[in-house]
Amino acid sequence: MDTFTALAEPTRRNILEMLAANGNLAATDIYKKFKASPPAISQHLKVLREAKLVRVEKRAQQRIYYINPEPLHDLEKWVRQFAAYWEERYQALDKILELEKTKDSVPPA
Amino acid sequence: MANKTVVTAEPGKQELFITREFDAPRELVFKAHTDPELYEKWVGPHGMKMTIDKWEMYDGGSYSYTHERDGHKYAFFGVTHEVHAPERIVGTFEFDGLPERGHVILGVTSFEELPDGRSRVVHQSVFRSVADRDGMVRSGMEGGVSDGYEKLDQLVAKLQEPNTASA
Repeated sequence: MDTFTALAEPTRRNILEMLAANGNLAATDIYKKFKASPPAISQHLKVLREAKLVRVEKRAQQRIYYINPEPLHDLEKWVRQFAAYWEERYQALDKILELEKTKDSVPPA
Repeated sequence: MANKTVVTAEPGKQELFITREFDAPRELVFKAHTDPELYEKWVGPHGMKMTIDKWEMYDGGSYSYTHERDGHKYAFFGVTHEVHAPERIVGTFEFDGLPERGHVILGVTSFEELPDGRSRVVHQSVFRSVADRDGMVRSGMEGGVSDGYEKLDQLVAKLQEPNTASA
């Protein structure tokens, strides 16, 4: 599953926000913060792991989750490139507007 | 030039915003979005020939145009829901080359007046799903960013000829 799809679900975004605020959290602590059942949350964690948005370390009996920001940087990159695509169009529009302004400023005969 | 295109696409949302300021009054920027001769000069991606087939810029009208490169045609079409000079254009947008119909986008373009003869354009695109939006963002970047500003120079050169002839 890709970054965009993984982020499309509000519970998963909540989990990421919690991890961003806390640095890391044990799976059991994440479960406690939601009304949904632990298996449901566990499923969301699996999606986040597969999208590489989080990584997990096993410590004794606990599974500790960390946020992995790299896929988020990819998302930023996509948005930046899309902006560059529009910037190219709009720079063409800038030129046209300059020409049109000159035309408009010619007083009517 | 300090004007910069800003794209806002929050994760998990079905919309995106494209914002840009122009050193021109909004009436003129609006005109460049509705006059077919002006529109086809700037909206086509680099290296593509833009042809407008239908252009009804009034409430309830419709439009279609084609981008063409190396014999490949990319057709786009939609209906114009509202054309309110010089403030707002509301319409639909669909790419004719997808495997299935229905991936339609609602577009709202707002033209805001700024001091000193300047203006701001805010374009909101509302997609049917998050996946539709993200697919568009990813395909939109292909081909758009790499080739620099050659097209701009060609376009300006082309534009100056008919202008001097008709002035």
